[in-house]
Amino acid sequence: MASLAPTTAWTKGAKDDYRDCPVTTLKVDMHTERLIIANAVMAVVCLSLGGIAALLIALTRWQAIHLLPAAWFYRLLTLHGIDMLIAWIVFFEMAGLHFGSTILLNARHAAPKLAWVGFGMMTVGGLMANAVVLIDPNSNVMFSAYVPLKAHPLFYLSYILFAVGALLTVITFFINIVVAKREERFSGSLPLVVFGLMTAAILATYTLLEGAAAIVPAFFWSLGILKNYDPGIYRNFFWGFGHPAQQVNLAAMVSIWYALAQMTVGIRPVNEKFSRLAFILYLFFINLGSAHHLLVDPGLSFAWKAVNTSYAMYLAVLGSMMHAFSIPAALEIALRAKGYKKGLFGWLRNAPWAEPGFSSLVLSMFLFGWIGGVTGVTIGTEQINMLVHNTLRLPGHFHATVVSGTTLAFMGFTYYVIPLIFRKELKLKSWAKWQPYVFGFGMLLTSLGMIVSGLQGVARRNWDITFAGVVPGTVEISLAVFGIGALLAVTGGIMYVTIVLTSILTGPRLEASNLLLLTGTHNPIIDSTKLTDHQMEDKQNQPKGALVLVFAFLVWFAIYYFTNWWLLGRTWFIR
Amino acid sequence: MLAPEKNWWKPMGRMEKSWLTVAFVWCVFLTVMMPLWYFYGKQNVPTETYRTSTENYGAKVNAFVEQYTVGKDEASGFPIVAAPPGSDVYIRASTWQWYPILQLEKGQEYRLHISSMDLQHGFSLQPVNINLQVIPGYDYVATITPTSSGEFTIVCNEYCFVGHHTMVGKVIVTEEK
Repeated sequence: MASLAPTTAWTKGAKDDYRDCPVTTLKVDMHTERLIIANAVMAVVCLSLGGIAALLIALTRWQAIHLLPAAWFYRLLTLHGIDMLIAWIVFFEMAGLHFGSTILLNARHAAPKLAWVGFGMMTVGGLMANAVVLIDPNSNVMFSAYVPLKAHPLFYLSYILFAVGALLTVITFFINIVVAKREERFSGSLPLVVFGLMTAAILATYTLLEGAAAIVPAFFWSLGILKNYDPGIYRNFFWGFGHPAQQVNLAAMVSIWYALAQMTVGIRPVNEKFSRLAFILYLFFINLGSAHHLLVDPGLSFAWKAVNTSYAMYLAVLGSMMHAFSIPAALEIALRAKGYKKGLFGWLRNAPWAEPGFSSLVLSMFLFGWIGGVTGVTIGTEQINMLVHNTLRLPGHFHATVVSGTTLAFMGFTYYVIPLIFRKELKLKSWAKWQPYVFGFGMLLTSLGMIVSGLQGVARRNWDITFAGVVPGTVEISLAVFGIGALLAVTGGIMYVTIVLTSILTGPRLEASNLLLLTGTHNPIIDSTKLTDHQMEDKQNQPKGALVLVFAFLVWFAIYYFTNWWLLGRTWFIR
Repeated sequence: MLAPEKNWWKPMGRMEKSWLTVAFVWCVFLTVMMPLWYFYGKQNVPTETYRTSTENYGAKVNAFVEQYTVGKDEASGFPIVAAPPGSDVYIRASTWQWYPILQLEKGQEYRLHISSMDLQHGFSLQPVNINLQVIPGYDYVATITPTSSGEFTIVCNEYCFVGHHTMVGKVIVTEEK
């Protein structure tokens, strides 16, 4: 039987350093609380900066509006990539690591000073990157900064500062867990959410080291100390950082999924072994995916590309497909156990759709899998990549994963962080109810618009495609869909930032009294401990609906995959 | 979020097992598709690559243009170059142009060399939609056979600084003789 964190006594002399959470009964270390608040605030600041850039660049690519001049478009696109893909997500993840390594383990923060140094370096690095790109006319080199396109040395330095800061924070995560184990704050295995975060932290360690291997030489090269820097080698190292960084996001997002499912529905993992094995598959195989970016590069063999792009037989994809069943199945069992047993999907109809944590969980899972995952595996297929490389279909894919998936899940989670960690009442609750839908639907249109435009050959990172002179008129339509989607998503983003700011800046400090925000006064985390083995195994509670959903997913996957082979077969012969 | 029960290493249920099996078979299938297409498909990613330098590659392009020029494009002033089928043809990428304009014959095979003189560029042939990465110092050889005729555009789809979107080239494919 699962239980809340065990009740080991807190160390002597540390009395004032923690508080008891009245809702979850967990102990909250005060260092952790302040670190989470600081990281979350910086995350939202970076999200806002990146969001302003998003609005302006989307209105430029929407060909009918074409707002910005070329130089500003490229400048803001560089900024958008850095603020969203790195700063917002990594700051949020660092908050998550502090949370997972202390509060969920009933433990203290063992290295707060190191964590603050890390946070300081990340903040300086993140803000410096923004400043350099905005001020220096030569630093609009995009997030990927491909050598030999040369930015200002401070541009590379800001990357290095940010990455070292993140690495220090990751190190505190491991320190905390080791100390917690030594001080016997918890017994037995790590909770599943912490296990997932641990996967993310291990991935982050070597991701950041590979980033150093790419960016440190680039820094010396920009100073003129290093004369030659082979662009092919740079690409190899850069994507050894750039792609696994997204897998860190993936592992962190899946951990948040499990957390949201428990906090809003009160799930109990169907089979701990199954879920943990899926994380282990990420750990071993997902880093190979960096080859996705080098599939049409010169100088690499067929076999090298095929083995790496397939994650050595798609074993990391298998991990995601396991979670894709495991989480809906756990939701279904928990809801059926509450009495919603009717038909295949009666449980789904009676789910708490008004609870922002639940709606963002479901939308995040759906958009991540059905749009992001399917397109990702397909365009990561070696030969099919020839149709896709550097077209708008690519950002179409990763906006479905990193934005519709990770960002949406993190947004949903924030609404619970505000009462539980910031200890402020969540304001604008009715906005919070709708925000995941507005943002999710906006991102769906954004991704689809990009994907369909890219299918017609529209290039990414391109200010004005009309120069190409070949794009059919239908592109105007798909780019308009993309533009409208982006407007909706930005609206969702503004709603999110407004809710967060209003809640944390107004009103007195208030201890949380309830876990759920909108759908009741019961506590799903406590409920989840009451799910008995008998209920989990009851015939009437079996997740038939979830199984149907994953098989439907597989059918859609196959359709999209084979359509792409068919498209490839119609193009010129090439070898 | 909570600590698991003491012994969580339990056998998987029937549903987990069946989904795991199906998903695994699908993954194996996805893997096998690539080598299958490698041996039986007509569209594979080129692998032939040579080390080169900008001087060396530039000289090759010039010699190629000198030998096979058949005309001049009015709009760009670039030479139109037609080499016999089966031969080596060259394209040079630089900020912000594709040089020269190739004239190919439908249904014939050519060895297309691509390299860059400065930054990284992206070779994107439209509306055929074939996309390859162009990296300075690497002479990338794609053995291609046009299966359609007409005028095609080469768009640069790797960001190469502020004039990036103006980097557009042309390929002409004539009907089979």
